[in-house]
This record gives sequence, structure tokens and C-alpha cells, in this order.
Amino acid sequence: MNPRIAALLERYAPPVLGGILILLAWEFLPTFFHVSRLLLPPPSSVVRSLWLIYDRGLLVENFAVTLAEALLGFTIGSVTAIFFAFIVTRSLIVERTLMPYLVGLQALPKVALAPLIVVWVGIGIESKILIAAIISFFPVLINAIVGFSTVEAEKIDLMRSLVASRWQQFRIVIFPNSLPFIFAGLNVAIVLSITGALVGEFIGADRGLGNLLLQLNFNMDISGMFAVLMVLALLGIVLYALVRFLHVRFVFWAKPDNLRSGPN
Amino acid sequence: MTAAARPLIDIRQVRKQFRSRSGTFLEALTDTSLAVQAKQFLCIVGPSGCGKSTLLRLIAGLETVSGGTIAIDGVPILGPRRDIGLVFQSPVLLPWRTILKNVLVPAEVLKLDSASAHKRAQDLLQLVGLEGFGDRYPDELSGGMRQRAAIARALMHDPAILLMDEPFGALDALTREAMNFELLRIWQASTKTVVLVTHSIEEALLLSDKVAVFAPRPGFVREVIDVPMARPRTAATRSDPVFIGLAAKLRSYFELGASA
Repeated sequence: MNPRIAALLERYAPPVLGGILILLAWEFLPTFFHVSRLLLPPPSSVVRSLWLIYDRGLLVENFAVTLAEALLGFTIGSVTAIFFAFIVTRSLIVERTLMPYLVGLQALPKVALAPLIVVWVGIGIESKILIAAIISFFPVLINAIVGFSTVEAEKIDLMRSLVASRWQQFRIVIFPNSLPFIFAGLNVAIVLSITGALVGEFIGADRGLGNLLLQLNFNMDISGMFAVLMVLALLGIVLYALVRFLHVRFVFWAKPDNLRSGPN
Repeated sequence: MTAAARPLIDIRQVRKQFRSRSGTFLEALTDTSLAVQAKQFLCIVGPSGCGKSTLLRLIAGLETVSGGTIAIDGVPILGPRRDIGLVFQSPVLLPWRTILKNVLVPAEVLKLDSASAHKRAQDLLQLVGLEGFGDRYPDELSGGMRQRAAIARALMHDPAILLMDEPFGALDALTREAMNFELLRIWQASTKTVVLVTHSIEEALLLSDKVAVFAPRPGFVREVIDVPMARPRTAATRSDPVFIGLAAKLRSYFELGASA
């Protein structure tokens, strides 16, 4: 057999075959154990529900809304976090002033703020973006602070020996050096941003996959809920893969899985 | 040594203390004096941990003295200077930049003209024997090649003084030998002053005009020895009786242990 095909089979056969087995079990075993098909709908039912939801025009728009909320919130939260990390590490005064509050806020579960934000900002898309931004902010902030503070002394010595300005030091050494750390934060934040968007939708929304989920729940359409969950999982995978792709592309000099130590 | 010519690098009674984590003071250098003439090649030899690197960092302006003075061309050092090129023990290349872009770092920091800097970088890569490797990344090069790139970078802004801290320490013996001759070739084609720190007696004698013997803990310059062998130095220089005699003399300083 062609060695390349053999390698592909070795890699992908187990999860694919395992997945098929699970689907088959899921399809037929529940009735065998007298589990109601209403509570645990079989895959065939879920697929049918998915099609129905799509056919009614509920899938695409809600998917786009939740995607936009998560992505925009993630972007705003991450950029703000990197900015804050920059000013905290560049200025001792700023660090002393802000850090105690940032550390305190980090301990607070951000989802607890969600109801308040919906009250303040409304049930439109803005509140979800804000919640997603707040929830994305802290992982990126902490990682960026660590990244900006963790540079090999030799690299800084190199810049100092050339009498580089602080901005030059940041641009040429400190920022690129921190990218592995920042991406570690971004990997975490992207998944959290979906959670943020969903929680916002649960509390008060007229659109989005979370809102759809609640409506289906209200109508006891468990099969439909499963369908939406699968779509959400897909959303998560797509966004995570996007960040991962950027990670590998921009941090080509350090292995993406090396989360704790910097490059080299 | 001509007393009339003012030394380019004038180190007088320099003391350097460090504060340890527990709060006590560690005396790294005490009453260290050394004079380096312009265009001279001077090696500082001593065992590990005797303060040689500290002295080099003081000359480079990366640390400040606790006592005494260091002057370059008559002007006391206040901090890092752009007329100095540094080569550290490890290459310290930026892994996210190509070799060419690494060599260009000094030009970028000093805001030199881009087109001529590019040309100069290419010429330097050729000089150190890395022609054609400009588009590779540091992790694609061997240790010796990376160190050569570091030397090219140190030469980029054409500094009058080169300070090198055990630049070939991490290389295997064969590469190290080859690099010694490469360095001599590069230095001979220029008018630079070089201060090189090493713990290899052979390397020091092969490369330099003068060797400063460093005694450890606390560090100071015990003696400065002339190395009168003719240039250009070759592999045959090692068999020169003058070389062998000087090597034995240097070795005797270190065999006696830490005798002040």
C-alpha cells in the first residue's frame, strides 16, 4: 500500500471510525435502554431538525450574528488588552496604579457582569460584543504582560548597546518576542468570547444561536437544541482553527504547543 | 609600550560591586587597571567567574563602575556608545528575523540609510563567509554560522571598538580554530581595536598583541604580557618557540591558583 495513504489512514481512521461507532450507538442504543427519544434524540432526528431550522431561515442569520458578536468582542477585547499590557509594562506608575484593580477584576467571573451589561446597553448586538470583549480581555492581558516582561536579558543588552530608544526596543525585540505568549492568550480568549456572546444572548436577545437555543428549549424541541449545539461546536472549531492558523503563521520560530516558555 | 600615546580605552582602578539577593555585596572587580591602544588586539585571559565579562560590560557601558574610571579616547564612559560593537557569548540573534535582517539591526536602530545599509550587510555576510545565507533563519544555521552572523552584525555600524566575550566558547575545537583565523583576517582588513575575553591561553596568544592576565575573586588585572610574534599569524605560529614559552608562562599564573 502507498505509504502516504497508510499514514493518512493511521492518523484519521481511528477518530473517524470511532465517530461512526458513537453515532451508531447513539442512534440505536437509547431505545435499547429505554431512554426516551425525546430526551436523547438520535442523530437522524438531529440532522432532520438541523435541516428544518435551516429551511426556516433561522440558521444562517443567527449563526452570523453569534459569529459577529464573538469575533468583534474578541478583537476589541484582545486589542484593548494588548494596549493595557503595553502601558502597564512600560510605565511603573501605571503598573502600580492599575495592577491591583486588574488582578481583583480578574478574579471576578465575568459572566456575572452579563445581566448588568444587558441592562445598561440593551438587548442588541452591542451588549453581547461588550460581554465577549470583557471576557476575552483578561487572558490576553495577563499573557501579554508576561510576554512583554519576559525577554532574555541578552536581547535587551543588545538593544541597549546600540543605544536604542525604548520604542525601538519594544518594536524590534520586546513585541515580537512576546507573540508566543500573546497567542497563548488569544487561543484561550477566542473560545471564551463565544461563551460571552452566548451568555449575553441567554440573558436578553432577539437574535443569535443562544437565543435560538432558548426558544427551542421553550418549545421542548430537544432535537433542535442538539442541532444548534452541533452548529455551536462547529463555530468554536472554526474560530479556534483561525487563531491557530494565525499563531503558526506569525510565530513560526517557536512551536505553537510551547505555551509556557518563550522562543528558543 | 609607548607611554606617549594616549590609550584608546583607559581603565583605571576600577571597582565593581554587585548586591546579591540576600543583600550582601559581592566584589566582582577590585583595583582593575588596563590600557588598550588604538588598533590593538588585546585578549583578557582568566578562569571562569573572575570578572572578565563584568569588565567588558563596564567598557561597553552596560554597567556602571562602583569606583575608578573608564575613559574612551579621553572621555569617561556614561553609558552604552554607538562606536562600540559587541559580540556576546551566545549569538543573540532574533529568531523571527532572517540572517540579513539580523545583521541590519544596528542600521535600523541607528537609522542609517537603507540602501547602503543593505549593500553593506550583504558585503559583511560575504566577509564572514555567510554569503547566500541572508534569507535563512537562525534556527537553520549551525552554532558557528550564527556566531559569524553575530560578528557581521557587530561590524554593521562600523564601530571603532569591538568587544567580544568568549565569542567562540560554545563552538567545537575545529570550528573555533577556523573562526580564530577568520577573526584575524577580518580584523587585519580593518583599523579596529579589539578586546576579546577568553579562557583559552592558545586562543589569546594566537590572536593578540597583548594579553591581560586576570586573577579571580575579586577580579583584577594581574599582568599584561606582550605578544611579539609577527603577523599574519598562521597555524605554524603555534609551533613558534616564542608562542610555546609564552603559553607556559601564562599557564603558570593559573596553576598557582588564586594567589593575589
